[in-house]
Amino acid sequence: MMIWETVLAENTALETRSLVRIALFAALIGVLGLVPPVYLPMAAGVPVTAQSMAVMLAGLVLGGRNGALAVALFLLVVALGAPLLSGGRGGLGVFFGPTAGFALGFIPAALVTGWLAQRLPWPRLAANLVAAMVGGIGVLYLCGVPALAAIAHISLTKALLGSLAFVPGDMLKAVLAALAARTVQDSGALGNSRR
Amino acid sequence: MMSGYLAGHSILHRLPAGLKLFALALLSLLILPMDAPWRLAGALVLTLAVYAALGRAALARVGLLRPLVPLLVLMFVLQAWAGDWTSAGLEAGMASVLRIVLMVLLADLVTLSTPLQHMMDALETVLRPLRPLGVSPRKLALAVALVLRFVPVLLSAWHAREEAWRARSTRRPSLALIPGFLADTLRLADRVAEALDARGFGRGRGPHAE
Repeated sequence: MMIWETVLAENTALETRSLVRIALFAALIGVLGLVPPVYLPMAAGVPVTAQSMAVMLAGLVLGGRNGALAVALFLLVVALGAPLLSGGRGGLGVFFGPTAGFALGFIPAALVTGWLAQRLPWPRLAANLVAAMVGGIGVLYLCGVPALAAIAHISLTKALLGSLAFVPGDMLKAVLAALAARTVQDSGALGNSRR
Repeated sequence: MMSGYLAGHSILHRLPAGLKLFALALLSLLILPMDAPWRLAGALVLTLAVYAALGRAALARVGLLRPLVPLLVLMFVLQAWAGDWTSAGLEAGMASVLRIVLMVLLADLVTLSTPLQHMMDALETVLRPLRPLGVSPRKLALAVALVLRFVPVLLSAWHAREEAWRARSTRRPSLALIPGFLADTLRLADRVAEALDARGFGRGRGPHAE
């Protein structure tokens, strides 16, 4: 009886903790879209922010399921009107624009990143990096490019060529996300010990 | 509070959120197959007239589409190019640019005329059938509130870190700030979770239960 009550209490604490972590990570995705900490010289005219890096981080740090939930929550708050998408865009209009596929693709991107990172049998940094590239770039473009082609009525090849300009920046973000995630994973901030 | 809502008393403001969202979905189904640029342009003029009728602040919202401009220009050029710069190609390019601008502006019209709380209420109605599957509107509402509350908090925490960096270094604040910021955010999350549990949030009974 006592044991069950303890287990239940632990369980709800864990549940609340993942809920709050998901919410704060969703806020973090918004913040990293507002302040561009990545000063990319190649970003001529195109706002390059750390938002897609934050999506990779969500998967790496929170795991696939919770990372995807954090991204979904972030998109929900954007849809409700908060101007948090990189470039200060928000509202329902985002989901009717040409980059809607990339925004919605953030969800499977975080899911695959987190899922892969926990299953690749390599050292943590390598697993992080490959997971961030497959999820945060591969899956993201797999969602974004066909949607761009369909919405803009252009051929798939052209949509892909247009998007390729962003790949070098995204590669760099994957490296940075993998490094940052490893630091956090090693720091014990994720640990299950209650602080 | 941070949101796309513009306070007002127009007819649009007084319509129920669910109706506006339904109308938006219906309009998108009507507009997506439209191919004639002049029709789309007419619809765009009508939409802009609604913005103008809502006042200067609403009209200023149209300017927020500026980040989309390079992409729209690129889309137009690609389509005109695909059509060998014939009038048909130019028309197709015009039509797709107009269609996107029109849809985005119509959707933003819903956003700027509906308070966040009404959007949440509409969402709750949609989610109600999912409750047996474990989707809890109460938790979702808390999560949304937490995001809105913590964006400014995290933003100022980030700026504080940037300033501390500038005090120490002549180089630009860099990505070295991110891991510490992440770890701090996670610790903050755990403290907030403890505070919530201390107030009986996770218990599922008591005054805050559903």
